[in-house]
Amino acid sequence: MAKVTVDGITVEVPNGSNVLQACEAAGKEIPRFCYHERLSVAGNCRMCLVEIEKAPPKPFASCAYPVADGMVVHTDTPMVKAARRGVMEFLLINHPLDCPICDQGGECDLQDQSMGYGGDTSRYHENKRAVTNKDLGPLVKTVMTRCIHCTRCIRFSTEIAGVPEMGATARGESMEVGTYISKALSSELSGNLIDICPVGALTSKPYAFVARPWELKKTDSVDVLDAVGAAIRVDTRGSEVLRVLPRINEDVNEEWLADKSRFALDGLKRRRLDTPWVKREGKLARTTWPEAFAAIEAKLTGLSGDRIGAVAGNLCDAESMLALKHVMAALGSTNLDCRQDGAALDPSRREFFTFNTSIAGIEEADALIIIGSNPRHEAPLINARIRKRSLMGAFPIAHIGVAADLTYRHQYLGGTPQLLAGLRDGSNAFASVLRGAKKPMMIVGQGALARPDGAAILAACWALAAETGMLTPDWNGFNVLQTAAGRVAGLELGFATGKTLAQMLGGGVDLLWLLGADEFDAAAIGPNTFVVYQGHHGDRGAARADVILPGAAYTEKNGTYISTEGRVQRGALAVFPPGEAKEDWKILRAFSALIGKPLPYDNLEALRMCLVQENPLFDRLDILPHFGCSDTTGPVSVGAVGDALFEPAIENYYMTDPISRASPTMAACIEAQKHPKTPAESAMAAE
Amino acid sequence: MLGDQDRIFTNLYGLHDPGLGGARRRGDWDGTAAILARGHDAIIDEMKASGLRGRGGAGFPTGMKWSFMPKTVGERPHYLVVNADESEPGTCKDRDIMRHDPHKLVEGCLIASFAMSAHVCYIYIRGEFFNEAIALQKAVDEAYAAGLIGKNACGSGFDFDLYVHRGAGAYICGEETALIESLEGKKGMPRLKPPFPAAVGLYGCPTTVNNVESIAVAPTILRRGAVWFSTLGRPKNAGTKLFCISGHVNKPCNVEEELGIPLRELIDTYAGGVRGGWDNLLAIIPGGSSVPLLNKATCDTILMDFDSLRDVKSGLGTAGVIVMDKSTDVIKAIARLSKFYKHESCGQCTPCREGTGWMQRVMDRMVVGRAEIAEIDVLEKVTRQIEGHTICALVDAAAWPIQGLIKNFRPLMEERIAAYKAQKSLPMAAE
Repeated sequence: MAKVTVDGITVEVPNGSNVLQACEAAGKEIPRFCYHERLSVAGNCRMCLVEIEKAPPKPFASCAYPVADGMVVHTDTPMVKAARRGVMEFLLINHPLDCPICDQGGECDLQDQSMGYGGDTSRYHENKRAVTNKDLGPLVKTVMTRCIHCTRCIRFSTEIAGVPEMGATARGESMEVGTYISKALSSELSGNLIDICPVGALTSKPYAFVARPWELKKTDSVDVLDAVGAAIRVDTRGSEVLRVLPRINEDVNEEWLADKSRFALDGLKRRRLDTPWVKREGKLARTTWPEAFAAIEAKLTGLSGDRIGAVAGNLCDAESMLALKHVMAALGSTNLDCRQDGAALDPSRREFFTFNTSIAGIEEADALIIIGSNPRHEAPLINARIRKRSLMGAFPIAHIGVAADLTYRHQYLGGTPQLLAGLRDGSNAFASVLRGAKKPMMIVGQGALARPDGAAILAACWALAAETGMLTPDWNGFNVLQTAAGRVAGLELGFATGKTLAQMLGGGVDLLWLLGADEFDAAAIGPNTFVVYQGHHGDRGAARADVILPGAAYTEKNGTYISTEGRVQRGALAVFPPGEAKEDWKILRAFSALIGKPLPYDNLEALRMCLVQENPLFDRLDILPHFGCSDTTGPVSVGAVGDALFEPAIENYYMTDPISRASPTMAACIEAQKHPKTPAESAMAAE
Repeated sequence: MLGDQDRIFTNLYGLHDPGLGGARRRGDWDGTAAILARGHDAIIDEMKASGLRGRGGAGFPTGMKWSFMPKTVGERPHYLVVNADESEPGTCKDRDIMRHDPHKLVEGCLIASFAMSAHVCYIYIRGEFFNEAIALQKAVDEAYAAGLIGKNACGSGFDFDLYVHRGAGAYICGEETALIESLEGKKGMPRLKPPFPAAVGLYGCPTTVNNVESIAVAPTILRRGAVWFSTLGRPKNAGTKLFCISGHVNKPCNVEEELGIPLRELIDTYAGGVRGGWDNLLAIIPGGSSVPLLNKATCDTILMDFDSLRDVKSGLGTAGVIVMDKSTDVIKAIARLSKFYKHESCGQCTPCREGTGWMQRVMDRMVVGRAEIAEIDVLEKVTRQIEGHTICALVDAAAWPIQGLIKNFRPLMEERIAAYKAQKSLPMAAE
């Protein structure tokens, strides 16, 4: 630790900290543009200048100057103030004063700091610089004249996203930030460029000219478009969700957010189910709640519980799944499944289906094998954490699955599950790497489990983990990477009993209740099966339904979710469901009353009490106990590991659920990916 | 005046054979193995004792710089990088060394690398120096062929490889850390210091960057002894130095002289005097474009060494003496320099990126007088607001000529503005 005195306040900071961190520890605000806690230090904006005693009499960039014991720093001397004012003046001479038409207005670092540290007039009377805009694809809008060359975006894409596509061309005043060859960014994290850009050079394209920050109502929530459980803030105005931004959660997403989670929100306004529908003479017709319920009740008459089944979808909250489970129990049915992809997830023990190492725990690991997964597409934020760990060095990574650019250096072993045998008997060279590691870890993806020999693969993976020292009382290196936000909660609630989805299809049940379930082939449902679809989008499931009950999307309900690492988190209602649509548990509660078996809860609190009774895990909000593994008994193996090659768990990153499938922005991303623009088209699009 | 027997660069004018044979006749590569046999510490101590100050412009003691390298090679190898990116306007000394006396440099590279336990040395040569790169590469090839460098260099048991790397045309790549970046294949932008290159340099390894002249004089110093070198010149400004005299003189030339020679004597003796006589002198930039200019009164008496010039708030820099007689439009001359620095700013730091353009635009108006008198003060303040606020010193070099101009020629600038106003006889619109 080093003792540093900042403006008379003495603080202790760790050795190797910079002066800026010491100043922050002392409670002094240091203005900055280029410095970002999670990026390398560039030291080029020169805004964070401070004066250091017993050093040459000139201001020092505090972000780039290491602390020393006994250092005395001044942040408010005339020299420092003059230096800041000077830098501010330089930044503004070529920055357009177009704040009234700039989307960054109101949340712009340059605006704020110029108020705080700048002068009141400009002495610059020459012409200002103008810079050609760049086309960075359908998500990031550029107004490059506003760029202050802090290079945060370049450092983010190179360091965090792992796609070294951005850079600066030319030098001096003519320096321009861009992608060198005019192409859309190929990162799933590109939206974060908007957040880290301190000015209005990089802004959100879909959000352009939509709203001002002070008009928005901000609701803290969690993301459900993948199973990571990223902390988000939902910005709304009236009944519209206008923006989704990341919140800081060091254990999960740090301060990043994946593009789908950020930009799929325009899907929330399209193809919505806002009224109940009933199929009459082969065609769906609008109806009322009582009539929709009556249609279901009529069908239920005389139906034995065994002939009824329910499937929960990927975006479901725990509350609605529990309510559905209770309704099913009231109807005498235990046919429940939440594994639409048929993944061989063994619900008997939590360790068999969660990301036990935890996301933050990745940073402790010292070897990694990825099996049947592409974390870059299945969980971009977890991938970013793996990359972060990879950059720290001494982290061998092997990949079995579909070969892909994972953004970090790794050894590709191949695409067949037969490789597991080689790893177990030591004939594969990577086996010794795993055995030699102190904290090895394994990520098993849905691509490895959602296949006929999935159970055998899961058992083989567990056995490999046990044999390579991944399962010890203080370390659990076995991880299943889920892709569905509702999956872990479903398994924890026992929403995987009785007939499986495959058994319910093809006439296995006479009444099938789909709770937001759209990710399986609805055509495989038996022709005489009566389908109730409860959900928020007119997607695959609704198309096959006989009765549609309009539910709420994740931004429209207070729901509990369990992320892939087993973290219990709560999403919050930001806007109300559209039209006649209702929160899902309320729909089920109302239906239960209609059939004369009312559920024992009338409000959310009572329902949540039930959740805790069902599984005490639900009481542990936001807390992730560090899982060691005391029981190395593996999941039950069924059959043998086949030799079919692994297939990707996700076909296209941008469209994985009803919301993103309805999103024009996501469609534009796919278009940009499939048909990249030529440089000429790109230049046209940028202007 | 320096006697011929004390000259180090005896083929500066290319009158003799620049090849290995010619170099050997001039004494190069004589007893190199014996010098190496003295050991690392003895060589560094000798260099320290000689008082040699870096010839690239900053004048940092060379021996001390070498001693900053880790004493023993740890996990990471050491590197010597020779800065041959000579781009300073008014300077052409390294060019002639590499053209006509390249073996002095090659031998220096070996000795300096040995002293710092660097088995690899890179010479980063300015891209525009096409013929010089060929000449230098020829000397390197000759030295390899003769076993002077390479495995077991000079039979000393020390393995040494030397590579010539051509730059791509950026002034800033003469800044040592930008040079390292460029050598690594990145965009030439200065790095933050600390860490200094001696700790984290090329490819993250301990590295020393030296100017061509500093390295090229090292073998002769070690052969003839630190005492010989330190008795030349003035105290703390020891030895000889190549001066590049250009501009309005009768015979522009490169010449080796003792440090501390009076400027007037330097010009009169070697450059045939100022065009039209000494009284026709307007100003002199004594150390390449990056230092403030001197007015005639100062030039009359000033001695050419680091400390004397620093005392008059200028600098020896690279000793590129740019002479301007009274026919010079000095405002235009400085405006041209402003244009140069604006063009060569790497664009990294805000004050430099934005400030050099600002200064250049104002200077362009000052040339014709299309400005307000008050703008001279604004310009001066802008130069103060820039200098010392950036990662590297390029912006200081951009600011100082303007400060020198304002300090010495402010009346001329005001006159120009007044003349412009009178000529236009228009009230200046409120800008």
